Amino acid sequence: LAHTQEKFVSNKTENVISVLVQWMPFILKGFLLNLVISFLAMIIGTLLGVGLGLLRISRRSYLSNGARIFIQILQNTPWLVILFGVMFLVPSQFRIGSSQIAVAGWVQATVGLSLPIVANVAEILRGSVHSIPSAQWEACDSLGFNRRQALSMIILPQCYKRMLPPWMSWYAILTLATPIVAILGVREGLGSAQAAMESAGAKPEYLMPFYGFVMILFFIYIYPIARWTRWLEQRVSQ
Amino acid sequence: MSAYLAALFKDIHQKTGLNFVYMYDQFEYRRMIDGVWTSVELIVLCLICSIIFGLVGAAARESKSRIMFMIVGAYVEFFRNTPPYVQLLFFYFGIGSALPQIDMGGYFEPLIGRFGWAVISLSLFGGAFVTEIFRSGIESVPRTMREAAEALGYSRIQTFMHVVLPLALRFCLPALGGILISLLKYTSLAYAIAVPEVTYTSQLIWSDNFNVIEMMITLFIFYNLAVMFFSLLMSSLEKRLALPGYG
Repeated sequence: LAHTQEKFVSNKTENVISVLVQWMPFILKGFLLNLVISFLAMIIGTLLGVGLGLLRISRRSYLSNGARIFIQILQNTPWLVILFGVMFLVPSQFRIGSSQIAVAGWVQATVGLSLPIVANVAEILRGSVHSIPSAQWEACDSLGFNRRQALSMIILPQCYKRMLPPWMSWYAILTLATPIVAILGVREGLGSAQAAMESAGAKPEYLMPFYGFVMILFFIYIYPIARWTRWLEQRVSQ
Repeated sequence: MSAYLAALFKDIHQKTGLNFVYMYDQFEYRRMIDGVWTSVELIVLCLICSIIFGLVGAAARESKSRIMFMIVGAYVEFFRNTPPYVQLLFFYFGIGSALPQIDMGGYFEPLIGRFGWAVISLSLFGGAFVTEIFRSGIESVPRTMREAAEALGYSRIQTFMHVVLPLALRFCLPALGGILISLLKYTSLAYAIAVPEVTYTSQLIWSDNFNVIEMMITLFIFYNLAVMFFSLLMSSLEKRLALPGYG
């Protein structure tokens, strides 16, 4: 038995793989936080984004121009910079009455990641509303609907189907951006992999398999979503 | 650095507390200029390399070889569906540490530095998207065009270079612009491997001077100007290349 064990240890690649297997549950647990962040950021982003999109298509020019500038700034700024902005400029502690409430790093990161989604969902909404033929608006007008009724009962219901594929591809982009929060010290999948390498002895031969494993995790999750999105896109365009 | 601007920003600092330190401090000014310049270099190199990767990928997909087709397909799917940040770490730390070091006479230097790995990794990531865009552009070239070129005696390569590619480029220019803009923004990820580009430099400056808000505003301005400049460039290119009767 001692002999086989020695052989096992001397075999470097086999050793690295066994270390990776040992740490897999830990990294997977971290990856769950990536998923949670992506879900929450997408929900916040979509809710606020629809609101911002409605402002963007408003007929009051100060509303639509304000929304346009806000969207453009968020769209033109790298996610990392937006994240830094939220992390450093939004207080990490709130005072409600006499009690201090600390905001966890991952919550701040979720808010930061939802901001670009807000801008892009708003743009998706605007694009799909504009893609509805103007005859629809005129028909609503002649039937006596006001603008709000026309939008909520006639125009928007037709938009959902067109909005779905780009919305899903933004979800994929968002999920692939979640490892950035490791830079800010949030221990999600990537952060866990880095911590695991550290505790396993920080050997350079760990780097490729551990980072590779994180990539594979994301690939397994995102690839089906990407295929589904493409399938939906083709169906919408037909 | 002009004395007038320096005095103005010193004044702003005293009166409003907004400390744009790089506008009046010679040392921080040099740091900032170097950072901006590194970012511009990084952006230009990444855009050019990703277009080259995209062209090669699209050409390989066009070729009749099944193996080439599968290799390019795997490349595109892999880079599109994994996090660009982890790709960067994988390349710089994973592959970079596995490559041999060069003996520079007394000390050792890695074969490819931080900047080089940032360019390689981000360009491969961008190239996967550009490949897909070129492919869809090539697909939208009418088949009759190729047949006409063939009838005129063009070889396969000549048809591709002189007929299909110029048309495909025009078809996919708007989508290409969008992808290149997002790649431009992704270059800020090079921060994570300490490439001294503008995000990294700003972080150095705000850790020394405690002026996070001012440096944040600077970063917003830098990236917004860069994106605006690039989209102006793309739209003027679109206008110059426009063909009557197409688009």
